[in-house]
Amino acid sequence: MTIQTKTLAVASALACAMTVSVAGVASAEDMEKCFGVALAGQNDCAAGEGTTCAGTSKMDYQGNAWKLVPAGSCATMELPAGDDGMARMGSLEALDRDMAM
Amino acid sequence: MSQATFVAALLDPALAVPEGLLDPEGQPAGRRFDVYRNNVAGGLTKALEAGFPAVRKLVGDQFFAAMAGVFLRAHPPQSRILMLYGSEFPAFLGAFQPVAHLGYLPDVARLEQAVRESYHAADHVAVPLAGLTPEALLERRLRLAPSARLVRSRWPVHAIWAANMAGGPAPVAGGQDVLVLRRGFDPEPHLLPFGGGDFVAALGQGQTLGAAIDAGGDGFDAGAVLGLLLGQEAIAEVME
Repeated sequence: MTIQTKTLAVASALACAMTVSVAGVASAEDMEKCFGVALAGQNDCAAGEGTTCAGTSKMDYQGNAWKLVPAGSCATMELPAGDDGMARMGSLEALDRDMAM
Repeated sequence: MSQATFVAALLDPALAVPEGLLDPEGQPAGRRFDVYRNNVAGGLTKALEAGFPAVRKLVGDQFFAAMAGVFLRAHPPQSRILMLYGSEFPAFLGAFQPVAHLGYLPDVARLEQAVRESYHAADHVAVPLAGLTPEALLERRLRLAPSARLVRSRWPVHAIWAANMAGGPAPVAGGQDVLVLRRGFDPEPHLLPFGGGDFVAALGQGQTLGAAIDAGGDGFDAGAVLGLLLGQEAIAEVME
């Protein structure tokens, strides 16, 4: 990419961001209202099971007792790897996939 | 009774109650220990259900609970902090035979783990870029927010996530790179356009903005991804 193209791309992104930040004043207030209200399930305390004993028996499916098959939405998503899949495999493996910045 | 015996019995319902655990009458505390070890397995299963809702939807509730039972016994928590429990779950899914035909499942779990890490990551203050010319900015290195997470996949991992969690259309084959960003309090996975994964990875390696744009390759829409970073207030620091 030429330096001019890059400069243009950066300049347009900067110009866009200025517009957004003016329009974005209200969003700080919205966030304040939502403070402490987490996305469902993301700050559950995962407290225990009370006093029931259901999970103690061999029902806890161990090792070779495994008999189930997946029965969720995966049935509707049988996907072959994309054409570019194999090409990208190498970089996938070399990368720390969940990179912290 | 050693701690090792106690932990072993805790994770294996087939083992007897450890010796020396007594109820108020001085009898072996069988039922009480059963309740306790059930709570341990139940609590960890719930933590996994809360952390990996898309994986759960993909395999079904019953299958997920059973699979969680296998996982939690193979990988009991290494930390007392439950909120990030499951970091080994993606790799576990990659090696777990009953889901071997669902090649994308480990990457969907990676995305969900990234969303959770993002949620719990430190806050940051977005840095204003207004004082810099585009030319100067190209020579700088950008540090992204601590809550930013890049997930790269040879599967359409964003589309699979969206189809299950946000009513998105059926996914089509092909790799996708996803950048999880948290503007405010709630993280959101953003699908990156072509070259975006290489661009963000290059920024993460400390390359200058200009070099990172080059890493995106021919046809990479630098303006779009930079616009995303600015719009989501994801740039935490501009460095020389």
